[in-house]
Amino acid sequence: MDDVKMKIESLSLSYSRGAPLALKDVSMGITANSVTAFIGPSGCGKSTFLRCLNRMNDFVRDVYIKGMVMLDGMDIYSPDVDVTNLRRRVGMVFQRPNPFPFSIRDNIAYGPKLLGERNRSKIEEIVERSLISAGLWEEVRDRLGEMATSLSGGQQQRLCIARAIAVEPEVLLMDEPTSALDPIATARVEELVRELKKDYTVAIVTHNMQQAARISDTTAFFLMGELVEYGPADVIFTTPGDKRTEDYITGRFG
Amino acid sequence: MLWGCMALSTAVLGLILAFLIYRGADAISWEFISEHPRAGMTEGGIITPIVGTVQLILVSMTFAFPVGVITAVYFNEYSHGGALTKTLRLAVRSLASIPSVVLGLFGFAFFCVFLSFGASLLSAGLTLGCLALPTLVTASETALQNVPQEFRDASYALGATRWQTIYKVVLPSAFPGIITGGILCIGRVAGETAPIMFTGAVFFAPGFARNIFDSVMALPYHIYVLATAGTQIDKTGPLQYGTILVLLTLVLGISMIGIVARARLRRRI
Ligand SMILES: Nc1ncnc2c1ncn2[C@@H]1O[C@H](COP(=O)(O)OP(=O)(O)O)[C@@H](O)[C@H]1O
Ligand SMILES: [Mg+2]
Repeated sequence: MDDVKMKIESLSLSYSRGAPLALKDVSMGITANSVTAFIGPSGCGKSTFLRCLNRMNDFVRDVYIKGMVMLDGMDIYSPDVDVTNLRRRVGMVFQRPNPFPFSIRDNIAYGPKLLGERNRSKIEEIVERSLISAGLWEEVRDRLGEMATSLSGGQQQRLCIARAIAVEPEVLLMDEPTSALDPIATARVEELVRELKKDYTVAIVTHNMQQAARISDTTAFFLMGELVEYGPADVIFTTPGDKRTEDYITGRFG
Repeated sequence: MLWGCMALSTAVLGLILAFLIYRGADAISWEFISEHPRAGMTEGGIITPIVGTVQLILVSMTFAFPVGVITAVYFNEYSHGGALTKTLRLAVRSLASIPSVVLGLFGFAFFCVFLSFGASLLSAGLTLGCLALPTLVTASETALQNVPQEFRDASYALGATRWQTIYKVVLPSAFPGIITGGILCIGRVAGETAPIMFTGAVFFAPGFARNIFDSVMALPYHIYVLATAGTQIDKTGPLQYGTILVLLTLVLGISMIGIVARARLRRRI
């Protein structure tokens, strides 16, 4: 039996009182050291779901969340959870590359420094290791002091991945990480995602079904806040159990 | 129409400059900007008010810059736009519309008398600081609002607290805008007469202010004095226009630095 890294039970979310539920009673497991992809038409709640997993929805003022999200058996919404520590364990990469307006080095060092790392050679080591893992080292090794914003979009996104893994998270959440990238940069990130699952548990949102088919082990299909079904990617893409999933993957709507 | 208005405004500025240069250029010399005034201000230079104005800028900014930035951070990063914030913001905005002479009288009543700072560099600097505060708050708020939400998200997602995010990401990203706002404020502060004439600027001081409780001479007030209190207009006239030219160069110079800095820093981000 595969290790379940995160377990979600009856998760419902509404963005404000009276608003329709953005997530309706979602339950699923996320397997350790695998890639889980969330697909579904735009506005169906994929990002909302992903942001529940590291509590980024806490910043929405009137948000109402019901249900349970467990990380290694610990309820992350329990009052005694240290949210900053949770976010170190569950890292995130966003839709648009969002490097800080600092140097390449300082972008990577940001997380480790938050954790209190002051030793310069240790930081250099982390910077190098993270950039290697993100497949960016060869391209930037001679210009670590340059502004991160001088990199191309694809490089910026890989820098953001490097920045996220510099704090050694256990889970990596990615919200449409390639939607702002060209096909070549997209291919590189996809390759990277497949690499990353050796060391991390990856949960990725994508609106691109081919991408989900290419990189995910487990695929979950969302529709209007509901998790319609989830299962092994090859099953979902060949013999889905639900008519709505079939309609979606055959391009009949969305 | 558009061109006409633009040409007119530029022409007005050009005319003023030309007139001032014509009247003041002869007074400008190394002695003029390096010596203290002499003989009842009919001779000598204006180094005393130049230094006084610089000191006033320093005092006012030491007070207004941190207070303005912290206020803006509170408005923009901490509060949730509740009634308290709205009231406070309105209060700051209203401060901007208070005529500077009223602010001067307030400064006199509050800093000089109530807090017994007397007519001093400190009182005048703080009064100028009050003048600069609304502009600084607004400029800082704009700079903070221009920091993309994505930066904050990235920081939080790495496990930063709100304070760490503000201190390490938001403020550094907003810094160019905040600094530009500060520099433009300095230009404004340097030229004001009304807030300082009751609070610390004096007609004549034998030397520089040695501490913050000394009174100071300042360029704008010196101009006022030369223009109104002179009995030997033939002698003070050129000095007056020379002083105006120096003050204008200072104010325009500082504003130019601000504008250039803004353009440069904008390009970098
Ligand atoms: N911060 C928010 N406040 C209010 N409503 C939101 C917010 N974020 C998303 N929503 C709404 O929740 C629904 C799901 O959005 P989202 O999770 O972003 O969908 P997806 O990522 O699948 O495109 C949408 O109807 C969207 O309008
Ligand atoms: Mg989304």
